[in-house]
Amino acid sequence: MNKDDVAIQVKQAVKRYGTFTALKEISLTIHDNEFFTLLGPSGCGKTTLLRMIAGFEDVTEGSIQLFGQEIESLPPNKRPVNTVFQNYALFPHMTILENVGFGLEMKGTSKSEAQAKAMEMLELVQLSQFAKRKPSQLSGGQQQRVALARALAPQPKVLLLDEPLSALDLKLRKAMQLELKHLQRETGITFIFVTHDQEEALTMSDRIAVMSAGELQQLGSPREIYETPKNRFVADFIGETNLLEVTVDTIANDRATCHLGGGHQLTCNAVDGIGVGANVHMSLRPERLFISDTATESESLSGTVVENIFAGTDITTIVDLAEGPRVTVRTSNSDRGNKRIFEAGSQVFVNMEHGAARLMAN
Amino acid sequence: MAGGTQGSGDAVSHTYENARTWLLMPSWVVLTFLALIPVILMLVYSFLTKEFRGGVIWDFSLAAYDQFFFDRGLFGDDPPTFEWTYITIFWRSIWQAGAATLLSLLIGFPTAYFIATRPAHSRAIWVFLITIPYWVNLLIRTVSMKFLLRDQGPLNDTLMGLGIIDAPLTLVNTNFAVQLGLFYSYLPFMVLPIYAAVERYNFSLSEAAADLYASKFVTLRRVLLPAVKPGVVGGCILVFVPSLGSFLAPDLLGGAKNYMIGSLIEEQFKGNAGNWPFGAAASMILLSMVLIVLIIFARSQAHREKGAK
Repeated sequence: MNKDDVAIQVKQAVKRYGTFTALKEISLTIHDNEFFTLLGPSGCGKTTLLRMIAGFEDVTEGSIQLFGQEIESLPPNKRPVNTVFQNYALFPHMTILENVGFGLEMKGTSKSEAQAKAMEMLELVQLSQFAKRKPSQLSGGQQQRVALARALAPQPKVLLLDEPLSALDLKLRKAMQLELKHLQRETGITFIFVTHDQEEALTMSDRIAVMSAGELQQLGSPREIYETPKNRFVADFIGETNLLEVTVDTIANDRATCHLGGGHQLTCNAVDGIGVGANVHMSLRPERLFISDTATESESLSGTVVENIFAGTDITTIVDLAEGPRVTVRTSNSDRGNKRIFEAGSQVFVNMEHGAARLMAN
Repeated sequence: MAGGTQGSGDAVSHTYENARTWLLMPSWVVLTFLALIPVILMLVYSFLTKEFRGGVIWDFSLAAYDQFFFDRGLFGDDPPTFEWTYITIFWRSIWQAGAATLLSLLIGFPTAYFIATRPAHSRAIWVFLITIPYWVNLLIRTVSMKFLLRDQGPLNDTLMGLGIIDAPLTLVNTNFAVQLGLFYSYLPFMVLPIYAAVERYNFSLSEAAADLYASKFVTLRRVLLPAVKPGVVGGCILVFVPSLGSFLAPDLLGGAKNYMIGSLIEEQFKGNAGNWPFGAAASMILLSMVLIVLIIFARSQAHREKGAK
């Protein structure tokens, strides 16, 4: 297994249901041994793409290759990929052990050997003591791990995970995120993970494909996607951000000077393809802003504090820019000692780190 | 405060208990008058002496059961030998009803599966279409079946017209005609329970099976069928039991050779030639046999479930 090998190559895949186009010419490459996430809001086509790889949906146009082999004409039971389903889809009339051994048995392993291997898988997910139980006798989190063990037992080349954590409560979800990540590293199997939860995607993935309305919006590492979102959708969907409408006034030395409502001026890095006079959006991550009673040279905006919201690890301050839009600023709670908290009504300046403001095409 | 809450809780549960007693009354009335009392009457009548113009004389007698199992000659004074006539009729009935059940299952299961996999809004229409023929009286449907199957009937005409056969097939007065008649009489009882089970079936289980390398056939046998088994068992019982006691289809489609238990019982209560205690005894024997079969089945199921755990 090698990271440079291509596990899955999707070439201009299109999926249409009647006149509705669910996927519009998606092309992407997923490397071997990669934790790859398809991220997007519901209805963006991420699950459709996953089901096309699994074989439950046929490909209207384009092709899908698995380690160089065309698979779009193979039925699901002939594809060396396994799926962890959103609702787990455990066989209710079989024991946990029979569930986990099912795939191996279907691949032709003898029943006793399949059960022995299934037991190993159950040990891996720490459920060996439940082998003789039925799925209905297990909690949601345990069922989830059984589903995972069942999909991993036949040693697929690629594991597909369709929002497997969405039914779990927050604490269990966080624990499972780490467990999944470790399991992926230990087994070296390529994981394709579908989720609508951007935090989950950022935590677990090697690379993320952000999708919306059947189109690929951006493909990159979690850091790239978070820090240099390509467009307004990605900036808005990944993390929290302030999106301000701005007009570019001048561009000099790769720096663009823009103005926004209320006559505020701001200078930020210029972006290819956005010229003078363009009406575009600017993204300001709340955690990269800070509040002060003095302005910095160029990257600061004046306004009035509306409200401070305490949220444990951090404090969110809402500032109304004078005659302009509303901006959210987040201050880490540990920084309280050296950063002043301004009461509601205070006149302040919203300052930012160099490079925090990003221009993006609509 | 806690005590007060406790008290009112008791009052509420007491009210519910009263309400439950009264609300359950209709079921008790129905069960008592339509199931329990008739069965008791039948049991009592089977131990009475027959009146020659129909009806009974209130004298205890085992004659009805004796007649069922033993042959004592024309005048009743020969030494008893075991009587196979009625046992044979019973056996034929079970065989016929079983065949009709199997036929219903083979046709009914795909039908139910088809309906359950239609889009939600059109399922009700399909179910309605399945039940439409059953708005027509059973007698008329069975007679129509006879017309369809007879030597110069539409079925033989079509087959001969297509050149598949040269001479008409003899279909009426055969076992097959009876099975076909029973199958057609009770098909919805097979389709509806299976439809209800398949509709509740989580189809991602089939996807999971396919994902784990199971072929379509293996998925059907190891995942779909076990999941919808309660519906299949229910359908089979609902077809088998009335088929076993049916007399219209055997009378009209089977002829004298293919006499079934339902016809035997029916004749004991018809006109002046009947024998009420004998009819009641035959009914009791039939009822006991069906019950024994069902209990054995339920036991083996429970046993298997336990074994799996």
